Amino acid sequence: MAAQALGLHTGMALAQAQALVPNLHVTNATPEEDEASLRELARWAIGYSPVVAPDPPDGLWIDIAGVAHLFGSEEALLQDLTDRLTRQGIAAKAAVADAPGAAWAVARFGPGGIVPTGRMVDAVATLPLASLRLAADKLGALHRLGIERVGQLAAMPRAPLVRRFGRDVALRLDQAMGHVFEPISPLIPQETPMATRVFAEPIGRLEDLKRVVLHLAQDLCRQLERRSEGVRRLDLVVQRVDQRGASLRIGTARANRDAAHLARLFDERLQTIDPGFGIEEIVLIASRVEPLTETQTEARVLAGESEVEADMGRLVDRLGARVGAGQVYRLAPVPSLVPERMARRIPALAPPTGSVWPENLPRPTRLLDPPEPVVATALLPDHPPRFFVWRKIRHMVARADGPERITPEWWNGDSGSTPRDYYRLETEQGGRFWIFRDAPADQGGRWWMHGFFA
Amino acid sequence: MDPGQQDRLADLRLRIARLEGGSSKVCPLPFGVAAIDSHLPGNGLARGALHEMVEAGLAAEFAGCATLFTAGIAARLKGPVLWCLTRRDLFAPGLLRAGLHPDRVIYAEAARDRDILPLIEEGLKEKGLAVVIGEVTRMGLTASRRLQLAAESSGVPALVIRRWWTVAEKDLVHLPTAAVTRWRIAPAPSEPMPAPGLGRERWQIELLRCRSAEPRTWIVEACDAKGRLALPADLADRPDQAANRRATAR
Repeated sequence: MAAQALGLHTGMALAQAQALVPNLHVTNATPEEDEASLRELARWAIGYSPVVAPDPPDGLWIDIAGVAHLFGSEEALLQDLTDRLTRQGIAAKAAVADAPGAAWAVARFGPGGIVPTGRMVDAVATLPLASLRLAADKLGALHRLGIERVGQLAAMPRAPLVRRFGRDVALRLDQAMGHVFEPISPLIPQETPMATRVFAEPIGRLEDLKRVVLHLAQDLCRQLERRSEGVRRLDLVVQRVDQRGASLRIGTARANRDAAHLARLFDERLQTIDPGFGIEEIVLIASRVEPLTETQTEARVLAGESEVEADMGRLVDRLGARVGAGQVYRLAPVPSLVPERMARRIPALAPPTGSVWPENLPRPTRLLDPPEPVVATALLPDHPPRFFVWRKIRHMVARADGPERITPEWWNGDSGSTPRDYYRLETEQGGRFWIFRDAPADQGGRWWMHGFFA
Repeated sequence: MDPGQQDRLADLRLRIARLEGGSSKVCPLPFGVAAIDSHLPGNGLARGALHEMVEAGLAAEFAGCATLFTAGIAARLKGPVLWCLTRRDLFAPGLLRAGLHPDRVIYAEAARDRDILPLIEEGLKEKGLAVVIGEVTRMGLTASRRLQLAAESSGVPALVIRRWWTVAEKDLVHLPTAAVTRWRIAPAPSEPMPAPGLGRERWQIELLRCRSAEPRTWIVEACDAKGRLALPADLADRPDQAANRRATAR
């Protein structure tokens, strides 16, 4: 920008520039280094969105669909991005639009900022033709016709335009106006282990997909073995012939490097991928890895230890791939006497807690949550009921035990609730129930059914 | 029956056993109650097999007894247990009464009933598990056959607790399945205590269906802290009533 103010511009002869600015500091252009630093910048921008692509020589695509709310709004995101870049000493101009082409045009030749949804045609129309990313010869030919603005080009009849200047002019125009879908191929950080397979002939059969995934997993595991790492999260990205993509993500409970096992985790969900007219590229990315050292299997077999532990990891992964990792869990005791709070979920492979609930407490095997109201009649206050009506059936109580008072735990936040008196009841048929009264009888406590014993 | 016929019969039995596969190879799991064990083929529950538990009684949809009965079987085995469920009404502290330590149980929760059967099958492929327990509403012949085959190939027993929430679903429970045994557990009145309070609970457990054993009914005392059943002392020497009980069960 400072250079432009001095009258310098790209394409100028060096001698002319030096004549214009006497003490001009000249360095040789290093496109490779420029590109490397652009990639570096793109990697930094992954903090904004997972889909970031460098656009050499001087641009960056960031797909902020579904990301803007994390920053409050699109304006806030844009402000944050430009502020940070300025602080790094990078002069940047940014634009947000519905289509990448429009954003490119507005950022470079327009005012920047945000193009409102559906206003792309207006925003682009007044920009110079150079904002269309056209080849230099096409640009020159259009200039000779006197076409200077995008709006003029858009107003031309389509068929002669294509015949005369080729299909790419029309395509660029459509991309800038958002009429056609333009894919952004995201940057994947280089150190991420990944395996790719591109097919000369598109594939679509489920068996083929499974076989390819297994091959990719084997490739990936060989890479990981060299780096002594194991997979914690694996992404499968599928590119269809029509440039649409699909992706699957699986997680493992602990670092894993067993290709057959990893491939099997995808088995169930591969059928959810719609191959369309065929799949031309499959990429398997280990998006999260953890150090995993070699294990000496022979030594373990010699020692006679069972491989139960390792098998559990595999089982938990397979179950997690079916129902979601959060749905496979263990229950660990919580030091609390309020029934609803006695257990908490811990990861299925968490180390054994070793703790148990107090063993002498009679507790039901099934709990009603929430408790259901019961009409019960006791002979005396604070005695167990003689009979109760639950779900329209009258149960005569033969034997009873109780009360067991469970007080609310104010330190856990239930200050508003009242102490409960629990009774274990056995009906004349032998069924055992756990019912409670939510307040002492003289305070008008009501009865609730809470659980079922064996 | 002359000796020749007996030889031929023994030969046939051997061939049938060979056709049926390897469930006899691993030792079955005894209940520790002589009356039940001696009635079952192989003196106990077959390990690599599918067993069904059905609850009877007034609060049968909650399967309180069947849950503890199943947990007791699991507690007497060694190793991790996989428990597949859809509803969150299981109360883990209650399982401790049968001796099932919480560190041993891995729960897998599915949102829909039809996702449970694949989870059970996945668990049955894992040889390191002690037992796979599943809470299932719908289980047809084909599905149960799949589970039975998976259990046979790995030797891990599958215990299925049949659950239902509507009357229509309750009728499904009585449809035939490929399970090796089907048990019905109902609460029974316990022995009166000399003082107010509750004694050890009693169940009436019925063997409804079992390959190569007659249906039969026992009244037992519920699982203790090690998962063991026991015959009630006052009933142990009672005359056998299995015949008329079977008639009422039908």
